[in-house]
Amino acid sequence: MITLVQLLILSGALFSIAVAGIFLNRKNVILLLMCVELLLLAANFNFIAFSRYLNDINGQVFVFFILTVAAAESAIGLAILVVLFRERRSINVEDLNTLKG
Amino acid sequence: MLIQVLFHVFAVILLLAALGVIGARNPVYSALALVMCFITSAAIWLLIEAEFLAVVLVLVYVGAVMVLFLFVVMMLDINLAELRKGFTRFAWLGWITAAALIVEITGVVWARGGLGGSIDAHRGVVVPLPADYSNTLELGKVLYTRYAYPFELAAVLLLVAIVAAIALTMRRRTGLKHQDINRQVAVRREDRVRLIKMDAEKRP
Repeated sequence: MITLVQLLILSGALFSIAVAGIFLNRKNVILLLMCVELLLLAANFNFIAFSRYLNDINGQVFVFFILTVAAAESAIGLAILVVLFRERRSINVEDLNTLKG
Repeated sequence: MLIQVLFHVFAVILLLAALGVIGARNPVYSALALVMCFITSAAIWLLIEAEFLAVVLVLVYVGAVMVLFLFVVMMLDINLAELRKGFTRFAWLGWITAAALIVEITGVVWARGGLGGSIDAHRGVVVPLPADYSNTLELGKVLYTRYAYPFELAAVLLLVAIVAAIALTMRRRTGLKHQDINRQVAVRREDRVRLIKMDAEKRP
């Protein structure tokens, strides 16, 4: 049977890969959004693992809400991205410097 | 035993796909690797008997969010060479952070009970549920009673997200020719036709 530890280590590895991805693709907004999705997926793994392990359904309800928020976040993020590209013809993070104090 | 083998196969595929997401040259390939990640995760969630969330992950994420991602990636004409410049400049920092994270997480888990060993009551094993257990039913029981109010809030949040996304991306293009039904219906004969009385003229 699958143990809790295996699930925790899998989600930890997934989380670290996503963090490394944020470092690697720090110029590309689309890739940053995708890495955030991966981070949330790793968090969801932990929620489900503990929910099953403790036999408590509430953890899965939380995953449900995280999925909702993540979907809203990526929809708005992509909308901002589209507007940004229309204005600047670029999605490079380094071009987004008009808001610096 | 079979579940163990399947779990390890899926775990390896999941991690390779995650590496593909962060390492692919083309964002389209990244998005496709992310789809692979979500599908493999759904398979693992099925293995640990969280069926409803596995189905929701495939339907919502692969079916809606990733399609949106692919639309946007393909719609934008991105200069990839510019974005790839300096790709490896902070790579060492990224890998060090990732390695530190994985060491920390593994260390904590190890300290609490050893790899594959016992953490707590039933020796750290996710015990299988009885055959007549319905994950969807149990989830629905709490979602519509204890979490009814947060559930409504989540719905409102999605509505706000829709409105915000449309408001952000909608634009009025100038110089477009379009019908104005109101003016078409309200038009009168005098606006269109003018009858003039004039004397006949001789051809030049």
